Amino acid sequence: MRYKSVLDLIGHTPIVQVQSLSPVENVRLWVKLEGQNPTGSVKDRIAVALIEAGEASGELTKDKTILEPTSGNTGIAMAMVAKLKGYRFTAVMPDNASHERVSLLKAYGAEIIFSPGEEGTNGSVAMAQNLAADDAYYMPFQYGNLANVQAHYDGTGPEILEDLPDIKAFVAGLGTGGTLTGVGRRLKEHNPDIKVFAAEPEFGELVYGLRSLEDGYVPPIFDPDVLDGKVKVTARDSIVWTKALLQQEGIFAGISAGACIWVAQRVAERLAKEGGGDVCCLLPDGGWKYLSTEAWTQELDVATEQVEDVLWW
Amino acid sequence: MATTGAVKVKIPTMFRKLTGNESEVDLAPGTIGQLIDQLDERFPGFKGQIMNEAGELHRFVNVYVNDEDARYLEQLETKTNEGDQVALLPSVAGG
Repeated sequence: MRYKSVLDLIGHTPIVQVQSLSPVENVRLWVKLEGQNPTGSVKDRIAVALIEAGEASGELTKDKTILEPTSGNTGIAMAMVAKLKGYRFTAVMPDNASHERVSLLKAYGAEIIFSPGEEGTNGSVAMAQNLAADDAYYMPFQYGNLANVQAHYDGTGPEILEDLPDIKAFVAGLGTGGTLTGVGRRLKEHNPDIKVFAAEPEFGELVYGLRSLEDGYVPPIFDPDVLDGKVKVTARDSIVWTKALLQQEGIFAGISAGACIWVAQRVAERLAKEGGGDVCCLLPDGGWKYLSTEAWTQELDVATEQVEDVLWW
Repeated sequence: MATTGAVKVKIPTMFRKLTGNESEVDLAPGTIGQLIDQLDERFPGFKGQIMNEAGELHRFVNVYVNDEDARYLEQLETKTNEGDQVALLPSVAGG
């Protein structure tokens, strides 16, 4: 296979059956491997969509620096796309993002501005919004830009329907809400009976600790009505099932993958009583950026502690 | 203190100044709305922190019953039973 540019490798990710992780025989469990994208995460899809939307509207010009708040993956993807298209890129990121994310961003030539880790991604959003008042920056803003949702409506959603036309339920993590809103809408247009579920991280005390409720955040692009359910998952359960993915199915995925599997298993148990069918989990990234947490190699208690100290979502 | 027949409610750090630093409270089973009323009786002012004047949950607070967001169950009418775990958590962004 020959391609003109690495940008042409974005999307069309494989879907693999992981039947040993399905709790019931009549539910076929599938995972869509977004770690197969060029920078290793689902965010390549939205990075190219957001930057091209800025070019198309005329707001993004060559003299501007692209600025984006991110917990890591979106920043890495944008840094790559920005480099190929000839823009400077600055990421605003919590200072407890994993070391690998920081190193990758630097490798792609990004500048990094750190926000306080205890404020989580919400702190990065607030800081980036202040910085973006400066005309030297163009902020695509994944949390508020409909090009994020559109990338999944046009790309991820149809890809899933092509591979699993009779899909009964879809599960993905809730971050910006872009994947769930875009894919969810597309699937429900195809068949309104398809169920859409969100997996949500339950962070350690540290991440919630200093926050007041007024510092909370719900991304403007997220459409809560597209969901049929939302389930929180602890770092511990996420690690257990991320390890099982590797040990039982040979799939090396990021920590949030385990959270999606955990939720998909609950969904599968319910679906089993209604005749079963296909359930698809979107796994947003590969495991590489989480190696320093020792999630796969340490005993569970130690690994959980080390994962809770970094932003694993 | 664990009480049999109770629903366990997990209180996030930001509300613990209202609960005298208790991180988990045992309440009598009931709907989510009734649990919030019980919390407000024990810890005056609690309700005002997590609900607006229209009596709806603050949009940045999520209430989970056994890990499921009550917004997708029966909202404030969601019933809880003995042994259930309820958690209140603020919403956060990812990406």
